[in-house]
Amino acid sequence: MWCVARLEFSRLFLSPFAWVMLALVQFLLAYLFLSHIDYFAQIQGQISAIPGAPGVTELVIAPLLNNAALVLLMIAPFITMRAFADEHRNHSLPLLISAPLSASQIVFGKYIAYLGFFLLQLVLIALMPLSLIAGSAIDLYQLSAGMIGLVLLVASFVAAGIYLSSLTTQPIIAAVMTFCLLFLLWIIDFAAASASAGEVNWLGWLSLLGHFQPLLAGQISSVDLSFFVLFCVVFLLLTIRRLDAARLS
Amino acid sequence: MTILLEAQNLSRFFGPNIAVQNIDITVKRGEILGFLGPNGAGKSTTMKMLSGNLAPDNGEIRINGFDLLTQPKQAKAQLGYLPENPPLYRELTVGEYLKHCARLNRLKGKALKSAVDTVIDRCGLGEVQRRLIGQLSKGYQQRTGIAQAIVHSPAVVILDEPTSGLDPVQIRQIRELIREIANEHSVILSTHILPEVEMLCDRVQIISKGQVIFADSLAALHQQRLSSRLRISFANPPPIAEIQSLEHVASVEVLSSQQFRILYHPENDPTESLLIQAVSKQWQLQELVREQDSLEDIFMQLINFDTAAVETIN
Repeated sequence: MWCVARLEFSRLFLSPFAWVMLALVQFLLAYLFLSHIDYFAQIQGQISAIPGAPGVTELVIAPLLNNAALVLLMIAPFITMRAFADEHRNHSLPLLISAPLSASQIVFGKYIAYLGFFLLQLVLIALMPLSLIAGSAIDLYQLSAGMIGLVLLVASFVAAGIYLSSLTTQPIIAAVMTFCLLFLLWIIDFAAASASAGEVNWLGWLSLLGHFQPLLAGQISSVDLSFFVLFCVVFLLLTIRRLDAARLS
Repeated sequence: MTILLEAQNLSRFFGPNIAVQNIDITVKRGEILGFLGPNGAGKSTTMKMLSGNLAPDNGEIRINGFDLLTQPKQAKAQLGYLPENPPLYRELTVGEYLKHCARLNRLKGKALKSAVDTVIDRCGLGEVQRRLIGQLSKGYQQRTGIAQAIVHSPAVVILDEPTSGLDPVQIRQIRELIREIANEHSVILSTHILPEVEMLCDRVQIISKGQVIFADSLAALHQQRLSSRLRISFANPPPIAEIQSLEHVASVEVLSSQQFRILYHPENDPTESLLIQAVSKQWQLQELVREQDSLEDIFMQLINFDTAAVETIN
């Protein structure tokens, strides 16, 4: 499992793609971060008079992490699209299949590698709010809850991306499918919001955003955590089944 | 000798199409088995099944005593496989790639390093080990593919058309490499090139339309090739009836005014008496050739025979 992860991770960083993604995402979020700080500096004088007013954590860090989630949603499909679609296109999958590895080891190995990439990205993102410690007191607990939320979120993105990548031989189709699925699960909340009160809100329950927002506000509940874990497990199991089915079809 | 790979009754269907039907394969230690057939005969399907990339619908495969279907990990550890398209990662260098392959096959530390060094040496990849695989020529890529299949010293090496798409020099080099590999590993080699089988293999299985139509040693195949025909020419030829009347001559075919083809029964060879007659009667013998069926002829005969047989059954 670790050897697959290692192979995949080194392949990821041998292409310029991963570096470009890391740099551009960092640039984009840094810009957003600075504009949030700018805005905060402007209104700081006015809100300081109000008792119990939101602080820098609510006004800068939470929006930043929220933006980070959206940006990652958009780039994740382009990273994970290579997972299996590229191997199918290159005819390189037999290398892994005829090695003494089970299908689950192959899938988990790839999952770990891609997750590793995004964790690296998250560490870079986390540096920005942490830099505020130099000039201001921040709510580290809310920040860590938000980061846990982001980790769970990208773990779900990667799981879904890997599964959809195993369905096709064209990486770009995998990327588009993944993006559509993730985006749908992101905005499905809007439809749920319009449902009349009292109805079972199952569309809302499916929403990634709906489970991410409480974490961002610093509220860790087992419902949200188990949603993300279930989401990952389901897609990884589907991928393993898909890989086994390829031998039988 | 120990049997390293044994497959029985392999069958595989793609929907209603039969890709492979009831194929038996055994490979002993140190043996090269040639798997010969025209394109689309089911060679690659069989290779995929033997390497665990495709599950057979019927039958069982044992590699060095491990069942590929129930103990896949142990069985695959004994197996090296080079598919038709070598499974290479173009963005890695040859050295990195082989290291990763060795790691995938559970090699670690010193064993890994020495295995990679040995295989680079054996496959003649020393000069290119720091170059990206994507930039290598087809011949070197193919060698890297072979190196990948033997890096963990498997008991059985399966090579699917290893010389396809190479130039004659490269083909020769790859063949030498394969012969070297066979000193330590058993090799299953699929190809549609007949001389290749002749040069490399100890045993041959000829497959057509998913069924084995010939399975024996190469010597037996040669035996079948020895036919009962002589081509003979004289500067001063006798009347045809005179040759006809010689002992053991079944029939004579006139090729030109001086050249004849003599057919005989394999157990009664007329060469001896023919020579004595030719010398004593001064026919001035110029040429005496024993005509062999080329491997192609046998191949075509076997395939046609098979097709004819199937047609009669239908």
